[in-house]
Amino acid sequence: MNEAVLNDLAEPNKPDHAGPETEDSLNIEYTDTVGQPLCEEAKIRTKEVNVYYADNQAIHNVSLDIGENEVIALIGPSGCGKSTYLRTLNRMNDTIDICRVEGQILLDGEDIYTKKQDPVLLRARVGMVFQKPNPFPKSIYDNVAYGPRIHGLTRNKSELDDLVEESLTKAGLFQEVKDRLDAPGTGLSGGQQQRLCIARTIAVQPEVILMDEPASALDPIATAKIEELINELKENFTIVIVTHSMQQAARVSQRTAYFHMGRLIEVGETDQIFTNPAHELTEKYITGRFG
Amino acid sequence: MKISALIFLLLIFAAFSYFMARQKVSTAYRQRKQKSKILTLPKYFGYVAALTALLPALLMLFFLQMAEEPYINSEISNYIVNSDIEANEDLDLYLNDIKSADTPEKVAALTPEKQQVYQRYHEIETTTNRTITVIVLSLAILLVIWGMRRINTETPARRVFEKIIEGILLLAASIAIMTTVGIVFSVLFESTRFFGEVPIMSFMFGTEWSPQTAIRADQVGSSAAFGAVPLFVGTMLISFIALLVSVPLGLMSAIYLSEYAGSKIRAVAKPVLEILAGIPTVVYGFFAALTVAPFIRDLGQSMGLSVASESALAAGLVMGIMIIPFVSSLSDDVLSAVPQNLREGSLGLGATRSETIVKVLIPAALPGIVGGVLLAASRAIGETMIVVMAAGLAANLTVNPLEAVTTVTVQIVTLLTGDQEFDSAKTLAAFALGLMLFVTTLILNVIALHVVRKYREQYE
Repeated sequence: MNEAVLNDLAEPNKPDHAGPETEDSLNIEYTDTVGQPLCEEAKIRTKEVNVYYADNQAIHNVSLDIGENEVIALIGPSGCGKSTYLRTLNRMNDTIDICRVEGQILLDGEDIYTKKQDPVLLRARVGMVFQKPNPFPKSIYDNVAYGPRIHGLTRNKSELDDLVEESLTKAGLFQEVKDRLDAPGTGLSGGQQQRLCIARTIAVQPEVILMDEPASALDPIATAKIEELINELKENFTIVIVTHSMQQAARVSQRTAYFHMGRLIEVGETDQIFTNPAHELTEKYITGRFG
Repeated sequence: MKISALIFLLLIFAAFSYFMARQKVSTAYRQRKQKSKILTLPKYFGYVAALTALLPALLMLFFLQMAEEPYINSEISNYIVNSDIEANEDLDLYLNDIKSADTPEKVAALTPEKQQVYQRYHEIETTTNRTITVIVLSLAILLVIWGMRRINTETPARRVFEKIIEGILLLAASIAIMTTVGIVFSVLFESTRFFGEVPIMSFMFGTEWSPQTAIRADQVGSSAAFGAVPLFVGTMLISFIALLVSVPLGLMSAIYLSEYAGSKIRAVAKPVLEILAGIPTVVYGFFAALTVAPFIRDLGQSMGLSVASESALAAGLVMGIMIIPFVSSLSDDVLSAVPQNLREGSLGLGATRSETIVKVLIPAALPGIVGGVLLAASRAIGETMIVVMAAGLAANLTVNPLEAVTTVTVQIVTLLTGDQEFDSAKTLAAFALGLMLFVTTLILNVIALHVVRKYREQYE
């Protein structure tokens, strides 16, 4: 854990802007995705996905497989489309009126964008943890019990109690909050809130967990705890994590995908991406030339 | 000199003062040649100089003007008493006759005696007017000169100007507050007079309301009973019906607007809904009396119910429609204020939109919604026009919405309209009712404010 903290502290502060000017100055032609975007046992398969906000294209032709029980990190400069891509995986973009998704996204081989597919049930299978901790203004217990209650996952109070305890334990929070389950979730610290949100997500027993920069609003110690947690969760879940921190991507993921200007530039084993990137843009990004 | 001309002159003085002071300070700055140091801008010295001349002079003018009328009145009265003129009329009326003679024709129409008084009045008026002009102008000139001599680069002009601005703002704020305090005290004072005549207990707990007092002992039907219970029951009945209509409709339209409606629908529907609040209540009133009340009566009759042609139901329904915007607009605001990430958090767990609304958004926004409902409630309690027209004047003690009832506000209107003397129990009762009403709405508002304040601590 100490190492993780040190790494986080050592990470240089990157300005939060990138985009057209860097693109121009780099003057690099876009090519097809480099690396291995496909895998044998894919949990989620995305084929030629294009996403538009009104007339603005945010994602260009992204094809990427997400393997069963792997942790895949999506990295790239701000505005590169990694969060947008993440939100297509559980149809979270449906809540935005002007957003339009084209292409195929298959979960266990079934297209999730057909008319038949109920996005509500999809989101129960593909859970999501957000950038800013967003516990409901309810008690800690009710926060975790929210999903199970909605989906009727338990038959009685004691089963629900067990599920809440189990989820909080898995999220590494139970010991800290067991005496105050009735206290409001909003009263916890930022890191605890984020772990509460993770507990809330795993209480629904999803198959995939999407994490949108889950540690970006947290201090290094809380971040280390979240990363530890991700390492434990990968036993049972497939995890897609968007992150700004390359150290974090390196620490938690098996594969890493680099996005740039709405395009998937390179995908590969995390070790290979960080030690021996194949694409010039990837190399420039991970060496801190821009981002 | 006319007051408008005098004020205009004062403004010219102030402008002069402004330019002189500004000039003086900028010249002093230039002579010092301290380019690097940050200095107070010359215009602030100008403002201070102008305001030191203008404000006291205006204040003086105001007070003299206030004192002018009583002074002239007493002078004329003295003149009349001391001379041999017989003022066999009321002195006020006599003076009024003279003062209203503002054209030569009218003066000529006065009796010779009155013309004589008029001459005297005219003299006094002219002298006082001149005195006022002289006092104010000389004060202004003195202040301009004093200001010119006093102002130099060491004057803390910015601080002084800031103080003056603060003072003006304070004055503006205190006018509203003082008015409120004044109204409260006058109502309180008149109410205590009423409670001197009618015991407070029989007012608050009496069940019969019939405020006609007998002027002569042998008059019929003038029992003068001041039991306010029927009025309060009527008020509560109608407000309750109104809330029964407006809360569900308002809340649901708010939910639709904030959570489901697309931006285009919202852009049209929200202002249209708010127009409801802009319709004058008298329009709602005749809508209630001419359309809704007969409709309810006919409907009731067809079902074999006896419905009064003026019913609490009609008034309550229309009032409910009227206060929908209060509920919907405020609820819409608080629902929209719930952070998007709570919505996404719930949707991300596989909740439907309606589950999200019922289980997350409404609980999070509840205090704000309650605040809106209470605001609507105090509006309903204070509403008069619809009730006058649609619910009638009969002070029945009933909770049957199909009968005619009356409310506190309606009774205040009937007590005070027409020719009244302001010392009978009947008219004083209006103040007591007003006090009760005021206290009730005040309590509701305090609760609403409290709830809304608590709401701010909910998330984040």
